[in-house]
Amino acid sequence: MNEDIETALREAAATLPSAAALDLQRVAGEGLLDVAYATVDSPLGPLVVAATPRGLVRLAYTGSRDEGEVVEDLAGKLSPRILEAPERLDDVRRELDEYFDGRRVDFEVPIDWSLTHGFTGKVLRQTARIGYGKTSTYAEVAGRAGSPRAVRAAGNALGSNPIPVVVPCHRVLRTGGALGGYTGGVERKEFLLRLEGVLA
Amino acid sequence: MKLPPFQALLDEHSTDLYRFCVATAGWGEADDCFQETWIAALRAYPKLRRADNLRAWLFRIAQNKAIDLHRSRGRRPVPVEAVAEMAAAESEAPVLDGQPELWAAVRDLPPKQRTAVFCRTVLGMPYDELAELLESTEDAARHNVFEGLKKLREEWTA
Repeated sequence: MNEDIETALREAAATLPSAAALDLQRVAGEGLLDVAYATVDSPLGPLVVAATPRGLVRLAYTGSRDEGEVVEDLAGKLSPRILEAPERLDDVRRELDEYFDGRRVDFEVPIDWSLTHGFTGKVLRQTARIGYGKTSTYAEVAGRAGSPRAVRAAGNALGSNPIPVVVPCHRVLRTGGALGGYTGGVERKEFLLRLEGVLA
Repeated sequence: MKLPPFQALLDEHSTDLYRFCVATAGWGEADDCFQETWIAALRAYPKLRRADNLRAWLFRIAQNKAIDLHRSRGRRPVPVEAVAEMAAAESEAPVLDGQPELWAAVRDLPPKQRTAVFCRTVLGMPYDELAELLESTEDAARHNVFEGLKKLREEWTA
């Protein structure tokens, strides 16, 4: 063999197998999977969903933000031990599929409220109680959250909802019936309200 | 301190890390080396103080896992069937990469030289990074690469 050893090593290394996957079940079993995420297709475009061992913690529309930004944000706010683990989100995916199919009116997956704090948390917990096909107003949810005059703050809280669709901030409208804003853009709000039969 | 999402590390280094495990721990131990390295890395990750040299940190863990696996394999009694399986795994190697003798020669090097040779020639790792991985000076890192390659060259051209 006259071939130089460094070239030989490089060439031999390039043909070594690389198809190894981390054993995510073991990672989760050892308590090392703080945040699992996946991308789920929906009529509103791909959604990034993320769960902790406590429950669903984030649902993000993609488009203005990409998956990478959402994941990086979660790494900073929750834990850097965040891994793509679609099996961990099978229940969420199934419930979302059923909802968008019109076969589900209630989400049963547990919620992890870690990304909400203070008044925002109160407003969103109240929002979670608004039923399918029903609507409320910013003033009403502000009142139920304990601050009837904090209408604008309630609007901001809904705008920062970390788990849209499942925590149905789309069911909160302006007093008088105008749609108001929406995290994912008002067309998405219209789509969801039409799906639920609120809008024709 | 802002650490990147662990998934980014996994995406970036999985292929290289698996190859490192095959090359330095051997075919029979590569999967264990790979899984154990990531588990240990995940365990330590949130407590890391620096994020500027994650690759060196990761491959240092892998080097230590490869050494541990090598030791425990040497010590524990191995059942006959397992020996046959290992032999089968080893004999499959030529089909998979064509150069099993080369990796066997790499595995015969002292651990630091083994790591140094792989990370330098295959990954093109800069010497300052290699020094951090080996927890040595840059001169020592250079020396490990040089000595390792010299031994391999002697065997390979013999």
